[in-house]
Amino acid sequence: MSKTIQEINEKIKKGQAVIVTAEEMIDIVAQKGEKHAAQEVDVVTTGTFGPMCSSGMYVNLGHSKPRIKIGGGTCYLNDVPAYCGFAAVDIYLGCTQTPDFDPRNTDYPGDFRYGGGHVIEEFVAGKDIKLVATAYGTDCYPRKKLETMINIKDVNEAVLFNPRNAYQNYNVAVNPSDKVLYTYMGTLRPKFGNANYCSAGQLSPLMNDPFYKTIGIGTRIFLGGGIGYVAWNGTQHNPGVKRKENGIPVVPAATLALIGDLKQMKPEWLVGASFLGYGATLTVGVGIPIPILNEEIAKYTAVKDEDIFAPIVDYSENYPKVIPGNFGEVSYAQLRSGKITVQGKEVPTASLSSYSKAREIAETLKDWIQKKEFLLTDPVANLPGADSGTTFKFIQERPIKNGD
Amino acid sequence: MFTKRVVMRYPTKLVDKPIVSKLVKDYNLDFNILKASVTPNEEGLLVLELIGDRKNYTKAMEYLKSLHVTIQPFKHDITRNEKRCTHCGACITACPSEALVVDTKTKKILFNEKKCIACELCIPICPVRAMEMHY
Repeated sequence: MSKTIQEINEKIKKGQAVIVTAEEMIDIVAQKGEKHAAQEVDVVTTGTFGPMCSSGMYVNLGHSKPRIKIGGGTCYLNDVPAYCGFAAVDIYLGCTQTPDFDPRNTDYPGDFRYGGGHVIEEFVAGKDIKLVATAYGTDCYPRKKLETMINIKDVNEAVLFNPRNAYQNYNVAVNPSDKVLYTYMGTLRPKFGNANYCSAGQLSPLMNDPFYKTIGIGTRIFLGGGIGYVAWNGTQHNPGVKRKENGIPVVPAATLALIGDLKQMKPEWLVGASFLGYGATLTVGVGIPIPILNEEIAKYTAVKDEDIFAPIVDYSENYPKVIPGNFGEVSYAQLRSGKITVQGKEVPTASLSSYSKAREIAETLKDWIQKKEFLLTDPVANLPGADSGTTFKFIQERPIKNGD
Repeated sequence: MFTKRVVMRYPTKLVDKPIVSKLVKDYNLDFNILKASVTPNEEGLLVLELIGDRKNYTKAMEYLKSLHVTIQPFKHDITRNEKRCTHCGACITACPSEALVVDTKTKKILFNEKKCIACELCIPICPVRAMEMHY
């Protein structure tokens, strides 16, 4: 027996749909089996809330009088430089951008207290943001300087557009060396002082749809507390990796590019973050509903932390120098127990992604669907799948020839 | 045995006086220094764990007050900005005193101020800078 997304949407509209979170689905499938669960449950909601560095917003500021062509000029939002290589008043701000005066790692380890991610958080919160822009001036855009406060409610468009979010699985970072490491996986204490991981595991969107059978381009999602869409596969999308029997990749695999109207998002779900000695970023909340079209999808959404494995990677040597190999695999159940064993040593674990917030996202999405405020979508096109040949490459460096 | 953690702040003119040794000699108190910032010509700051007899401790506090040393209970020194905390858990392995732990049921991060020794290791570790120091 199978269902269509249209049928599920009809049930949602009639208030008859059964919606559960990915955590609740585990018990339902365990008690009733995949077949009954597939008949009974219509939608499984997922969630994740973690730092996602490939995130940013584009804004159309509105034209000034007289007009200014910021395109090709410079532009700062609260002293953080934004990209302005577009038309006159379209700008893009990435979350890892830091102010020009920030000492960064010249004052090692850098604090990175304020960056693009923090600007985005404040902008979404409705705070006034300082805009300073310069231009070279043209006949049609004569103005050369613009200094003003701006507010999200006044700009024409404010759109969150993240080239890479919601990684399907991720590394567990450890440090076997004898010095402290400051990484994007947090501060790693020497001699296996800690092991940091970053995934919502059994609640994570792509862990519940390991072969992207329902999540595709155009899928409507929870993004930053509002509604967003899957725009494309994310950058570094790497679906062809080794998988366990349950289909779950054992290394970082698929990613999603996400888009949504920033004006309806909330600052609780887009939080600026600072990684000591590494940089500024943005913590993004993402939740994706999975339509239970058949038994197979019911089975996927019942995946448990015990059955999801991540590689333990040396961030002192292997990661920075791109040396293959790791210290083995560990399950998310083991990681969540608070300690794992690496090279015979007991190592305490810490998560960078908030499981309690992931749970809150899955609950919120469930609530939206129950209230008929959110309907499911058929993907417009599929994401490149496990057999697509899409891979993750390193740059092939070649000498730059003079005169070319 | 009585244990109390205190934040002592004392004026510039007392910085070069042997205050802590007095607590040991005259009031029979043991001490652990949790934090110290004592520079000549500046206000002194000491965070101490004092261990000893309760009566002696009370007398020692009276002695310090007579010298115009301000004494504050220590537990409020590190606080968590509850609005900023995302309950990720990046702090828990940094905390040496198990003041920050995961609630196994809710998966939220619990902050037990009583266990906090104000080492400040959690402050720069927290990605959203939710842990705040107050002196």
